[in-house]
Amino acid sequence: MTRAPINKIIPLSLVDGPGNRTSIFLQGCNLACAYCHNPETQAVCNHCGICVSGCPAGALSIVGNRVTWDSTACIQCDQCINVCPTSASPRVRNMTPEAVFQEVQKNIPFIRGITVSGGECTLYPNFIKELFAIANEHGLTCLIDSNGTTDFSRFPELMALSQGVMLDVKAWDEQTYQKLTKGPTNSVVKKNLQFLSDCNKLEECRIVCVPGEVDAEDVISGISQIIGEKVRKVKLKLIKFRRFGVKGRLQNTPSPDDAYMQELLQLAMDLGFEQAVIV
Amino acid sequence: MNPVLDIITSRKLTYEQKIMSLAHTAEDTVSVLPIPEKTKYYFDSNAIDDLYEGHAPYRPRYIMPDYEKFVKNGSEFLKIEPPQDLDELLNSLMILYKHVPSITGFPVYLGNIDKLIEPFLDVLSDAEAKKKLRLFLNFLDRTITDSFCHANIGPEPTRAGKLILELEKELQNAVPNFTLKYDPDITPDEFAELGIYTSLFCANPALCNHKVHAETYSTDYGISSCYNILPIGGGAYTLSRLTLPGLANVATSTEQFLHQLLPDCLEALGKYMNERVSFLVEQSGFFETSFLVKEGLIHPDNFVGMLGITGLAECTNILMSDHGKRYGHDIEADDLADEIMTIISDFASQFPAKYSKIANGRFMLHAQVGMDYDLGITSGVRIPVGDELENIYDHLRHSARFHREITTGCGDIFPFETTGQNNPSAILDIVKGAFTLGSKYISFYEQNSDLVRITGYLVKRSEMEKYRNEQVVLQGTTHLGAPNYDHNRLQNRKVRGV
Repeated sequence: MTRAPINKIIPLSLVDGPGNRTSIFLQGCNLACAYCHNPETQAVCNHCGICVSGCPAGALSIVGNRVTWDSTACIQCDQCINVCPTSASPRVRNMTPEAVFQEVQKNIPFIRGITVSGGECTLYPNFIKELFAIANEHGLTCLIDSNGTTDFSRFPELMALSQGVMLDVKAWDEQTYQKLTKGPTNSVVKKNLQFLSDCNKLEECRIVCVPGEVDAEDVISGISQIIGEKVRKVKLKLIKFRRFGVKGRLQNTPSPDDAYMQELLQLAMDLGFEQAVIV
Repeated sequence: MNPVLDIITSRKLTYEQKIMSLAHTAEDTVSVLPIPEKTKYYFDSNAIDDLYEGHAPYRPRYIMPDYEKFVKNGSEFLKIEPPQDLDELLNSLMILYKHVPSITGFPVYLGNIDKLIEPFLDVLSDAEAKKKLRLFLNFLDRTITDSFCHANIGPEPTRAGKLILELEKELQNAVPNFTLKYDPDITPDEFAELGIYTSLFCANPALCNHKVHAETYSTDYGISSCYNILPIGGGAYTLSRLTLPGLANVATSTEQFLHQLLPDCLEALGKYMNERVSFLVEQSGFFETSFLVKEGLIHPDNFVGMLGITGLAECTNILMSDHGKRYGHDIEADDLADEIMTIISDFASQFPAKYSKIANGRFMLHAQVGMDYDLGITSGVRIPVGDELENIYDHLRHSARFHREITTGCGDIFPFETTGQNNPSAILDIVKGAFTLGSKYISFYEQNSDLVRITGYLVKRSEMEKYRNEQVVLQGTTHLGAPNYDHNRLQNRKVRGV
């Protein structure tokens, strides 16, 4: 039976796609972005047990060499993820698509769809595919929020079940990308841009803007070159970096000023992005 | 202390507010309504309440004139010809509004305003129309100094409605309240989303479940005052309420409450309401003298008596206190609340109400939202502030269940995170879900907005601050809103969103 580690399920999300959606966050990521605002979703728990003794609610324990989490006792104080040496979280449930959907179903008729996010949800393509199949049967639309490191053209069935992909385009220059994300290459991201645009599954592009760290100007023009006339239809979210939740070298970096964000927005508009917004 | 002199020398009331208060004080010096001992007991126990409606009713509480008829015919009494262009329309309405009485002294219903305006827009550009509408809207806000005043929009999309919504966002007016009549089969998403988007800047408009309310009367309906759903061409004679926690406090047991006290108190309230209606219709002379009646803008057959209920939550919690069960959180408590509602509804469906032709000779139920002097009594059937359900969907399912029996107005208020402004379609999805389940009325405001919804009406936080600092303020409803906001800890309303 397919299972995946689920970090959390948010019944109401205003920010993960069009309309009201339930968002499912999967645990584990193949990147380690310096600006990641939920770094505790990057790694999968290795059951070292360091977090257990510090839990003030007694919600963590070791059972048969594995860290187990009691969701009913948990007070969401985040002590465990603050002490985790590997950017993981013990507050993860290994769930089947059916079990996840049971939680989603409680939110009908208030939602129009679901969004899978992470971590990096495309590390679990079969799980997502099965979840989407059930969601589709219940009339819900399905979106993927991804860092674009998985080649979507290899998963035609998943693509058919999905309404689209919200793609993080983190950097355009490869060295800038490597420094920011610790990932090897962004060539697959660029390939995905072309593929998703061609098959009308590019729901939106997102750029987290941090001057000096992210070559946002090049990302904007790079996307426009690849997707061509679709710039008019594809939503472009220019996300103002906020240090909330960030750990590591960018944790004290201030947000870019409004003038910079407006310059980026103007550039996007000049290149034909009619649906560019600053968030 | 002389109450008349207190009013005259007050430093917190405007001239207009003093006149209203003096009139009220004068009315209360007469006692024309026979009130039996038992009814007095329920009044003294704070189990029933006349909502400060006055001791000698001389006008219906809420009047819903047929403004379409007025626009078509003009008015002989007011010497107004049918308007030929937008200037004439707006001017005619401004004159008529001045002459529509109500319990507040101001008109509580201004019409299906977009429909009234739409036919006069053809020859005007957006900018030209907006200039005229801006003056009109500001006139209403500055002269109807009481926010128990409503105008309706929709369910069809109109250019007039769109322009009004755009202006409201800019003007930040507390008056009038706007309600968007919403039916997903009639109202396009884009129009409804504009309404929700606007409400996240100025707490206006609220959304009403048009599909459900369109079935309420044989005539069209309008929303007035604190979202009362009433027949156009008529209105409400009175709204008196059953204050459920007051009644629960004198109960000796749950059984005694359900089977003895509640039916007995309802009977007393029903008779009292009939006395009010009888005096108004038979003795006050209102219906014989008002030009609104003579010119066919209202008709006595189209008036109803509203039986209000409030504090279902605290009533249930008082009766459940031995078991420690809470309204909204425990099945047993909600089942008891449902039983209480069923008894009230059954009473309303069989007790003969005088002069209530459009309601088939019955009183209609209203979820009364509270008074400034209410302490520890939550509006209508709402879950108390601070005790809201964590998940908004659970909250709305609960609402849908308890809105069921209430026909003339019942709703919820949700503050939203600022991010909601970026995605009104998400909030519309929630509204669609809620209305599908039977929720009847819903409103939103942004967590930091100056305009906030108190119980149904709008007040500015900045104005409440002035009032608390003993300054004179324009809107009379600020006097009611400030204590209500504090007593009911409305700043603690659960903010929704992610």
